Amino acid sequence: MVSRPAWLYIGAVVAATAALMVKMMPVERPSGIDDPLVVLITLQLLFLVCDSSPTPLASRQTKWSPSSSATLAAVVLLGPVAAALVGAASVLTIRRKVRPAERLFNGAMHALCGLAAGEAYLACGGTVGLPIPRDFPWQIIGPFAAAAVAHVLANHALIWGVYQLNKGSPAQRKEALESSLPLLLAADLGYASLGLVIASLWPIMGPYAAAIVLVPLFVARWAMEQFTEQRRAYAATMNALCQAVETKDYYTRGHGDRVSRGAGMIARKIRMSSGRTEAIKFAGMLHDVGKLGVPTQVLQKTGPLTEDEYAAIQLHPMRGLEIVREIGFLYEALNGIMHHHERIDGRGYPMGLAGHEIPEFARVIAVADAFDSMTTTRSYREARSIDQAFNELRRGAGSQFDPLIVEAFIAAVEERGWTLPDPVGQPADLGTVTAQDHDDPTAPLQVVDIP
Amino acid sequence: MTDALAGRPAPDRFAYWQALDSGRLLLLSAAATLVIASFAVVARDHGINWNLPVAFGCFIALGELLRLALPGGREAAPIAMVGAMSYALLMQMPMGPGYNPHPVRESPSLVIAVAAVGMTVGALPHIAAGRNAGITGMCTRLVAVACVAFLFRDVALPWVLHQPWDRQLRVIVPLLVLGWLVDAVVGALIRADDVGARFSVAVRDELRLQWPLGLAVGASVIISVYGAVTMGLAELGVFLGPLLVTQVAFRRYAGIRNTYLQTVRSLARVTEVAGYVEVGHSRRVSRLAVSVGRGLGMPETRLLALEYAALMHDIGQLSLRDPIPGGATVLVSAADQERIAKLGAEVIKEAGVLDDVAELVRCQSWPAEGHNPAPPLGSMSIRAANAFDDMVGGSMDRERSAAALDRMRLDPAEFDSAVVAKLAEVAGRRVASRL
Repeated sequence: MVSRPAWLYIGAVVAATAALMVKMMPVERPSGIDDPLVVLITLQLLFLVCDSSPTPLASRQTKWSPSSSATLAAVVLLGPVAAALVGAASVLTIRRKVRPAERLFNGAMHALCGLAAGEAYLACGGTVGLPIPRDFPWQIIGPFAAAAVAHVLANHALIWGVYQLNKGSPAQRKEALESSLPLLLAADLGYASLGLVIASLWPIMGPYAAAIVLVPLFVARWAMEQFTEQRRAYAATMNALCQAVETKDYYTRGHGDRVSRGAGMIARKIRMSSGRTEAIKFAGMLHDVGKLGVPTQVLQKTGPLTEDEYAAIQLHPMRGLEIVREIGFLYEALNGIMHHHERIDGRGYPMGLAGHEIPEFARVIAVADAFDSMTTTRSYREARSIDQAFNELRRGAGSQFDPLIVEAFIAAVEERGWTLPDPVGQPADLGTVTAQDHDDPTAPLQVVDIP
Repeated sequence: MTDALAGRPAPDRFAYWQALDSGRLLLLSAAATLVIASFAVVARDHGINWNLPVAFGCFIALGELLRLALPGGREAAPIAMVGAMSYALLMQMPMGPGYNPHPVRESPSLVIAVAAVGMTVGALPHIAAGRNAGITGMCTRLVAVACVAFLFRDVALPWVLHQPWDRQLRVIVPLLVLGWLVDAVVGALIRADDVGARFSVAVRDELRLQWPLGLAVGASVIISVYGAVTMGLAELGVFLGPLLVTQVAFRRYAGIRNTYLQTVRSLARVTEVAGYVEVGHSRRVSRLAVSVGRGLGMPETRLLALEYAALMHDIGQLSLRDPIPGGATVLVSAADQERIAKLGAEVIKEAGVLDDVAELVRCQSWPAEGHNPAPPLGSMSIRAANAFDDMVGGSMDRERSAAALDRMRLDPAEFDSAVVAKLAEVAGRRVASRL
């Protein structure tokens, strides 16, 4: 649903655009162009083709299209008002599932961006009409660069306004947009110069200039789609493999997935970059993979462990590292897996690091790991409530956990909620049960004391 | 971090001369002849205006610097290719005080010399950073550029110069296709030699994999040739932005594919760490199975599925309570083998995107004969490679390997004879390469 302030905002953008366009009428005939109407319609079509086939970015929700190149070509060839008309063609987009309010806003926004770009172009001394060789390089590239920057700024500012006002938009969508912002800006500016290329080809090819530019655009789109598809396949495969690893233990199924989610929430809360957030989610998913190297009878043993058995458990982060070491993903993710059982007071394993010697990734994973262990059922106890788990985390803050990360995690869970897995009953097959959980801070592993 | 699909690791700067085979040698000498002849011609020409050569040379060098690693261990330099091809096809540029379009009268030799120098300069940072110098790729590109440059500048240019643009395209487009084909076919020739693939399959693989990039390069060349008529040399700077964004898109695509493969390769080792199979087993099986599949003419798309399947062929063992002693599936009963294969296929199917891989894993326990339906070729390769590795392991002993192959030959109902013959060839090559 579109909220009332959002409607007001959309109305204001539409009204401002209309008023500005009326004020700028009538328009002079651009130099060297015989049939401005043909140019206008061609560029509108180009805009529509680009706008109707956007490239999905990081998530399904954020999409990007190189349609600004059509607007910017209109800025050079026909001037600001025509550029606004090209942008306004967005109303007619044949993308599916575009609500009327969205359509209206997109049309007005792109028109306003076209106006802004056109004004910037004129203000910096650009001349409207077919580009001539004498204009190159500086008499046209400078004004055109100004137009491109104005377009990008106006575009992002207006969209930012929508996100601020439209409380109905999910937080995830906003996050996705924020995380892909640098990429979006780079792509926008990179493709903006296609507008100038179209305008320069026009004296030779006429409307075909718009058609030929579409070829590399569509190839780039194809590559981006392949990327998105591969990434989805990659995530799905990782999930399947991790599940296969977890089938060995009835109670810890889905543990990796939830730790990954928790670590990702902390990462966003403490404002890690999107690349590092990806990497920590990956590390969270795989942090316990080394448990496969621990003999099953040790994992399933009830009662105190011998020194050797405890040593075998303490080795699992190293085993995990051994498995994932060759994935050239990110050095930090490997650190996170290796050190996720270190403690702030230095009494953890495998290295006994203390305080800030422990890599940040490992401190984050440790918190998410312990939380999930406490809030899920174990053979020796029922699942604890989220509040009880918070208390335990707070109690361990400073000795076992990094206090800042504990607070970040609690804040993130309170903000965005935490879905607990379905409670599990007693499994039919007792062969797949771990009797002790090395992740559970409330029930430390018992080791036989050797006198 | 060598790519199994690339076959033997790409030659680095020290090993390059040892890795020379007849195909590479031929290509290298062709390129060297071209470069020397072009330099000789350029040196005798005293009336060269150096603006264009320097600008295009820099553009090509930048493109070579920003090489692109494509799936399957290929390397491309699309921006360098756009630069070199548009220089080869350049017809008119605004010149002089009147900025009127003038015909560009560069000789093909100058184009080749500039491309060679630009590529070499662009490769220097790669060499300095200890990366693959990519001499083979550069030679391939140079030969493609030379074909187009000679045909266009010496033969077609006088005829098309004053035609309208659409007539000109009728010459330019076929020439670009020709250049692309030369690039692909020479690349396939080298590759077929490298990895032991059939030439026809290698050409088809190359064409199928390269067409999107080839299309983008071709259209970009046309845009850049005509853009130069209005923009002059400024065009190189203006057009660089979109080219870079396109390149980034391809780079991300190639990057995620690489990460994907690495991850599967690493995670397939969980069975080793858990003690279900011997260390290095899945990797050796996948290398053997892929070599066998390639030798039997499987295209690269199917080889990728085969590689994944071979890496994960033992994943079903994770569902077993206790490891099979030594992990050798060849020693357990047929029913157990089938169960492991089925469980593994279920795990992989869970991903939802690797159904063809799951199918290969599921069918790996089927005997070559007497099973209805017959197992796919990939599954038979995995089965044979797995049995071979269970018997031989990482050992490089000729006699052990010969004994294992003999044992498999005696059982044609279990192991397909064509697969075993290829396996013998591959295993023989493997031993020879270690000696």
